[in-house]
Amino acid sequence: MPKVLLEMKNIVKEFAGGVRALNQVNIQVKEKSIHALVGENGAGKSTLMNVLSGVYPYGTYQGRIEYSGQECQFHTIRDSEKKGIVIIHQELALIPYLSIMENIFLGNECQEHGVVNWGKCRFEAMKLMKTVGLHELPDTPVNKIGVGKQQLVEIAKALSKDVKLLILDEPTAALNDEESEKLLELLLMLREKWGMTAIMISHKLNEITKVADEITIIRDGKTIETLTKTIDDFSEDRIIKGMVGREITNRYPQRLDCKIGDICLEVKNWSVYSPYIANKLVVDKVDFTVRRGEVIGIAGLMGAGRTELAMSIFGQSYGTDISGDIIKDGKKIKISSVADAIKNGIAYVTEDRKGQGLILIDDIRVNTTLPSLKKLSLRGVVNEQEEVRVAEEYISRLHIKAPGSHQFTKNLSGGNQQKVMLARWIYADPDVLILDEPTRGIDVGAKYEIYCVINELAKQGKSVIVISSELPEVLGISDRVYVMNEGRFVGELPRQEASQESVMRCIMQSNKNKKSAKAV
Amino acid sequence: MSTLLKEAEGTADSMGKNTNRWEYKMLSVAINKYAMFIALVVISIFFQVLTDGVLLAPMNISKLVMQNSYLLILAIGMLPCILTGDIDLAVGSVVALVGAIAGTLIVSMGLPVGLTIVVCLAMGLLIGAWQGYWVAFVRVPAFIVTLAGMLLFRGATMVILNGNTLAPFPETYQFIAQKFLQDVPVIGAIPFSTVLIGVLVAVAGAYIEWKSHRQKMKYGIPVSSQPVLFAKIALIVFISVFSAYWLSQFKGLPIILILLAVLICVYSFICNKTIIGRHIYALGGNERATQLSGIKTKWVRFLVFVNMGLMAAVAGLVFSARLNCAAPSAGTGFELDAIAACYIGGASATGGVGTIVGAIVGGLVMGVLNNGMSILGVGIDWQQGIKGMVLLLAVAFDIYNQNKKA
Repeated sequence: MPKVLLEMKNIVKEFAGGVRALNQVNIQVKEKSIHALVGENGAGKSTLMNVLSGVYPYGTYQGRIEYSGQECQFHTIRDSEKKGIVIIHQELALIPYLSIMENIFLGNECQEHGVVNWGKCRFEAMKLMKTVGLHELPDTPVNKIGVGKQQLVEIAKALSKDVKLLILDEPTAALNDEESEKLLELLLMLREKWGMTAIMISHKLNEITKVADEITIIRDGKTIETLTKTIDDFSEDRIIKGMVGREITNRYPQRLDCKIGDICLEVKNWSVYSPYIANKLVVDKVDFTVRRGEVIGIAGLMGAGRTELAMSIFGQSYGTDISGDIIKDGKKIKISSVADAIKNGIAYVTEDRKGQGLILIDDIRVNTTLPSLKKLSLRGVVNEQEEVRVAEEYISRLHIKAPGSHQFTKNLSGGNQQKVMLARWIYADPDVLILDEPTRGIDVGAKYEIYCVINELAKQGKSVIVISSELPEVLGISDRVYVMNEGRFVGELPRQEASQESVMRCIMQSNKNKKSAKAV
Repeated sequence: MSTLLKEAEGTADSMGKNTNRWEYKMLSVAINKYAMFIALVVISIFFQVLTDGVLLAPMNISKLVMQNSYLLILAIGMLPCILTGDIDLAVGSVVALVGAIAGTLIVSMGLPVGLTIVVCLAMGLLIGAWQGYWVAFVRVPAFIVTLAGMLLFRGATMVILNGNTLAPFPETYQFIAQKFLQDVPVIGAIPFSTVLIGVLVAVAGAYIEWKSHRQKMKYGIPVSSQPVLFAKIALIVFISVFSAYWLSQFKGLPIILILLAVLICVYSFICNKTIIGRHIYALGGNERATQLSGIKTKWVRFLVFVNMGLMAAVAGLVFSARLNCAAPSAGTGFELDAIAACYIGGASATGGVGTIVGAIVGGLVMGVLNNGMSILGVGIDWQQGIKGMVLLLAVAFDIYNQNKKA
């Protein structure tokens, strides 16, 4: 029987206004184990971890935290870090212009009397970087390396603080499959060799079932159950059942009576160069078509150029030296600005809803109508009452959970924010809707609702293009799947032929071709 | 008696807890929203008592308005700049330059006043376009462009004036800044013309308030209860009629106040009700998101600066008319007063938050402080320090409130 490292008992946390985020939560983490924490968005996972790490100081919550057999009262993050509890937040806390080495030792510098010993810093940093498998120079600025490697820097930083219990909040949300794989292996290695314990919050159930020893499920601020690897059913369906409180037999709504019509949008010979790296071809002679009432998926690994493709079509919002033709309803059109794209009935819902989508300091109403104000105004004067009516209509139509259209979007959960983005572009009434990662960071229930919206749009005769890094999702909702790899379309699969294996085969094949071409 | 009380409680209960909570929330929102306005009232009363009633005497109020008019005009232009997350440091120099051009055209060259005003306003637009071009299209940070502008236009002023002060301006030129309603030929002849205008404003204000209430009801937007509406209308009527009466005790309505009121109404309308206004706020809130919504953010930013140039030109005309001279050092430090007015009035330094009325209230807070302290004989040294503290505390209060909400 392994020792219990951490026990949180009857944790209750209330926020101003009487919102009870946590209600009698109990969790037990065994030493040298990887413990996964799952639950829908807003279930209270992050709140619980913030209680543990001292972000919410002792006294602002009720309950008892025992760590290594002692009761703990953390007043600040520093208190918990002294005990070896380190949290890595979803949004990485690295300083972009500082080097890897400086970031690793930020706030924990190798110093004597306030003077930094850079030699020692460098030596220690190299050791840590080797441990986590980060093969870069310690002087490289952090903004010059990818998100996957930045995640490794965070872990190295945690190791430098003598971490015993590492908390990771959605560590793989921004990583591609390969990077995620690496990260998970690193966690397993650290558990074996360093005896590290980890708590991992994640939405990616396949990863959890792979690495976790135990899974605690939280729903509506309460612990529902804890599953143990060797004893309980550890399947994804079992976990989902615990998360949503019912069995979801079908994660994707069926595409029924879909009438696929004429070709709506055709893109030919589309090439885009990177605006940052000279002569780098990001999108390479891509051709595709989408018909009315059709949902097409664009699958591919991260960095394949899918977002770049979509944004370059959407009014040249990305890239330079864009060439190729766009044919809409049989007519060749020229799109040189976002306004042109909207005028021609093309809409794009960004993958980065907080950074590039919503105006967080404004309310739902303003965010919904932003591109369509002309429809709601007379001689440049906006009819606000009509605007409120529209916003309220979309709130009820898309089941946005909010007290009203005056709710600020920064106070909404991820799923509801995404629905506001959808509301914005559905109200703009485009013919072609490009959705970039429409369900990233959203819980299972909200995902299903968004899939239903997509179906509904297709039924109305709109063309929907879905870009997603989650293969099952692309396969589950599309009528046709394009596979993109390194800037090129390397496969087109109708619904019947599309499977995880066939998509991966397309990617592998193209990689092989490229290698052999290089060899020649 | 007790039954009556119980009945009242009953109705309150039957309205449900939701409305209660909503009203409470609205109240706290209202306190946040009107905090600076309340502060203005408190400061005014404070000085009213200390100065034995001099501060709010009809003559002093006229003086206060006329003294601060150009700063308030600058604040009206500055607010959109701050909304888009930019800033304009050149306005003080533009005020001087426009004054210098007006002085040269009228005093030295003897051109007619009307033509001069047109030329000066055109000059303002041109300066705005110049700065807007660099900020919006070349993407040089506004701080740097306008810092350069501050030096550039001050230099131009000195070149034009050759170090001299030009004076005096003809009577017609001074009209806008120094005259009162009773000096206007036809309207001035009507007895009680100022009070009459006050009544007209009251009627218009009450009508607009009532109409917006009805509109909201029609669309099912939650509105304040009827007594609150009537109280609001009564307050509007009282304030407009009373202030008109009060001003008529001196020389009547200052002409500049009419111009100021028109500008406030027009720019509030633009900011709140029009598409371009919405685009300005959206741009300040999240530039990339606004761009990806099909809005030509560069042009929005450009127009904001063009407008700032125009407002600076108006302020320049008013200021030179008020001083009745064009001096090389005119308008020094005005940019900072205008920026401070916006921030005290609740504008956010990162953009996207702020109102025209807020900026005006912020400007008046500073104006009343200046005026009150001057009457009390507080030295300019202390005045500066106290104004600095007020700016700091006002913004700190704002940030504290926002953190509390989140």
